[in-house]
Amino acid sequence: MNNIGVLMTCPMSEYLENQLENRFSLFKLWNHSSPKPDFLKTHSSSIKAVVGNTKIGADANMIDSLPNMEIVASYSVGLDKIDLGKCKEKGIKVTNTPDVLTDDVADLGIGLALAVLRKMCACDRFVRSGNWINGDFGLASKFSGKSVGIVGLGRIGSAIAKRAEAFNCSISYHSRSKKPNTNYKYYSNIVDLAADCQILFVACALTEETHHIVNRKVIDALGPKGILINIGRGAHVDEPELVSALLKGQLGGAGLDVYENEPNVPEQLFSLENIVLVPHVGSDTEETSKAMADLVISNLEAHFKGMPLLTPVL
Amino acid sequence: MADKEPQQPEELPIVLVHRLPSFKIPSDPSFRDQLRSQFHMLDPHESPEPYDSFLARHAPFIRVLMTIGPSPISAEFLERLPVLELIVATSAGLNHIDLPACWRRGIVVTNASLAFAEDVADCAVGLLIDVLRRISAADRFVRGRLWPVKENYPLGFKLDGKRVGIVGLGSIGSEVAKRLLAFGCTIAYTSRNKKQSVSFPFYANVRDLAANSDVLVLCCALTKETYHMINKDVMVALGKDGVIINVGRGSLINEKELVQCLVGGEMGGAGLDVYENEPNVPKELFGLDNVVLSPHCAVMTPESFEALEQLIVVNLKAFFSNKPLVSVVSNE
Repeated sequence: MNNIGVLMTCPMSEYLENQLENRFSLFKLWNHSSPKPDFLKTHSSSIKAVVGNTKIGADANMIDSLPNMEIVASYSVGLDKIDLGKCKEKGIKVTNTPDVLTDDVADLGIGLALAVLRKMCACDRFVRSGNWINGDFGLASKFSGKSVGIVGLGRIGSAIAKRAEAFNCSISYHSRSKKPNTNYKYYSNIVDLAADCQILFVACALTEETHHIVNRKVIDALGPKGILINIGRGAHVDEPELVSALLKGQLGGAGLDVYENEPNVPEQLFSLENIVLVPHVGSDTEETSKAMADLVISNLEAHFKGMPLLTPVL
Repeated sequence: MADKEPQQPEELPIVLVHRLPSFKIPSDPSFRDQLRSQFHMLDPHESPEPYDSFLARHAPFIRVLMTIGPSPISAEFLERLPVLELIVATSAGLNHIDLPACWRRGIVVTNASLAFAEDVADCAVGLLIDVLRRISAADRFVRGRLWPVKENYPLGFKLDGKRVGIVGLGSIGSEVAKRLLAFGCTIAYTSRNKKQSVSFPFYANVRDLAANSDVLVLCCALTKETYHMINKDVMVALGKDGVIINVGRGSLINEKELVQCLVGGEMGGAGLDVYENEPNVPKELFGLDNVVLSPHCAVMTPESFEALEQLIVVNLKAFFSNKPLVSVVSNE
């Protein structure tokens, strides 16, 4: 398959790069930065597959520039950077990496909630600053037993629920429709969910409907004692409203893994002690990165051997 | 029926408040009211009478004492209270109390473990996730404005499948186990004695536990036997990727050797809430991203203090009505 052209959109995994180089003719988009359209034109006929991620996927322009594209194998579970409509129209297959990263994202969600409520990062800063000799840190807030609300009860949302239950948290959720086979309390309206819980986790897919699903109304309903944990997409949350609410103490705290304009994070947040900020690392563990890469490779190999895809979306 | 007249303090059962002058009974008014309305609280530091004569005068009547924070109780002090039957401690750790001396006298000791267990377990789990997933380090990275500058951030490690060895499977250790099971960790433990009702694999010594674990979580009491139980041998057995979480007492670990291993890259990481010489923390740890440091605040939530106050009142009432006590510390 060494003559099959595969385009990788940006650096995402050295391991994946090596694996792709061993099997295919690999083009790295970031090595041909100017001008991209020209590069794509020159090599377009040999590129049959695109490997993208949450930063750069396969938008309409790219799809149009690659007439022989057969498959997009995304190194992510989220598909918001792929023009699915266009892919469907052109018969381009799409695969992602579900399941392998579910645990990691859920673990991070709970880790962020613990870090916010127990002020772990602020405590760590306190110790490292040498200030402990001048007096104790002060009180934090208990995590166990708090009421948890989850937006999106898919794989990741369910994994969060399972973990939170071990901390004696009560679980309720909002999603497009009520899920059968669960005892968790369902809210058809996200504002009602926010009003009724102390920790709100965003764990749904980003679509047109869920853009800014956490808006000012939801933030106000969550309130000065409420915590928002976003391990979905930055665009799920109205970021300016979130920042304003946090600065004014109208929201109790937030743990964020994603932002509207990564890698830019609103700097007004940097002075706050009741928030935790991490750089989109939801699935960034050694084990999962390798598993995701292996899944991308397996999907590509299956496709080019005419065998069934492992994790097709389209 | 007429309301019962509030009883005169002299008619109420006596409880000695044992505290170093700098420690005080929790100031929550409803807690103080509950205590004062049901018990005659004797506090030598609130009396103009010299401490020794105050104590000697009341000693024949003192069956119960409440000790505040780490105010020490030695065998010599116990000798001054000939009819003492119960010590209600307000901390989980009891290394400031001469427990063998208490047990020789048949004095029952209760601690705060039941009230604190959930918060301490939350802290332990939070520290572990932070170490493995680099949460505090990542937060520093973002606040340091490094994300736009440095493309890639180092990967962390998964929790699922990690073998967690719990040192001390008491009320706190059990809560830690319950939580980590939900993350896909497997649990094993070491303890003074094997617990018959528990199905987790038991190791008779901590070195064997370490050899079969990826993570050690220290939840046991500090005693002569457990002092420096985590030493270089144990750390080597745990391995190069091993992680230690300490929510017990600093001196459970040989801190010098821990720092050496961490600085030398011979261990995966550590999450510490306690240290050998608080509030001093080895500065060599400050530059390490695989270490998370917490200022002995595993119980510092309003909820845990409320739970402690309730626990104290419950035990004092139970004692005086001959009902069973909770959170009793035993020799097992």
